[in-house]
Amino acid sequence: MGRPTLVIQAAAGVRIRRHGQEAYPHECCGALIGRDHVVTEALALPNSTDEGPRRRFLVRPVDYLAAERRATALEAELLGFYHSHPDSPARPSRYDLEHAWPTFAYVILAVDRATPGALTSWRLREDRSAFDEEPVVVAQDAE
Amino acid sequence: MATKILIPTPLRGYTDQLDEVEAEGGTVGELLADLTTRYADLRKHLYAEDGTRRNFVNIYLNDDDIRYLEKDQTPVTADDTVSIIPSVAGGARS
Repeated sequence: MGRPTLVIQAAAGVRIRRHGQEAYPHECCGALIGRDHVVTEALALPNSTDEGPRRRFLVRPVDYLAAERRATALEAELLGFYHSHPDSPARPSRYDLEHAWPTFAYVILAVDRATPGALTSWRLREDRSAFDEEPVVVAQDAE
Repeated sequence: MATKILIPTPLRGYTDQLDEVEAEGGTVGELLADLTTRYADLRKHLYAEDGTRRNFVNIYLNDDDIRYLEKDQTPVTADDTVSIIPSVAGGARS
């Protein structure tokens, strides 16, 4: 049985790509909110890392709680997080793996010289040994 | 003595989908030990193989990070609420 496809609604997809572009050459990050594998809102969050934002991101506890509260307010769920990889492939790093939480979707956007590129989604294996890629579709705006 | 523990979204799959549970203990450390005994699959996501708590796992007593209190020795009462709050981290290069 294949993995379910993560669907990112058009407006959320635009927001993720724009955030990645605006943050370049730094990494951007944010929360994915929705329900049943459908992301209806991408909530931009500050990158609070003190290890160099060109290669790291950090969502602090206070911002994590804001994302959970936003999901509750929308009667939705916190489905995961997105971040960008400036001038790097949209594949999780060892550092991503070591810091991953179970069940969340981890969406990675490659940003090549300020231009948003490939977007992928990953989930942590139950034994924490690796990420598995899952299908992801960014819906096109109906207009 | 039971104290309430708030469970974040990614860990609710290990607590029967509950967003809050109760555990027994007089300190935060005892409480978490009891929690991970009741829900054993939580352990690998909270603790590294060497037994130390993962650094992106934050434990709050009411509104305060226990790192700035007495860490695992911080006393708890039945009136307190303990929260497990994730930091979410990553980055392009290892």
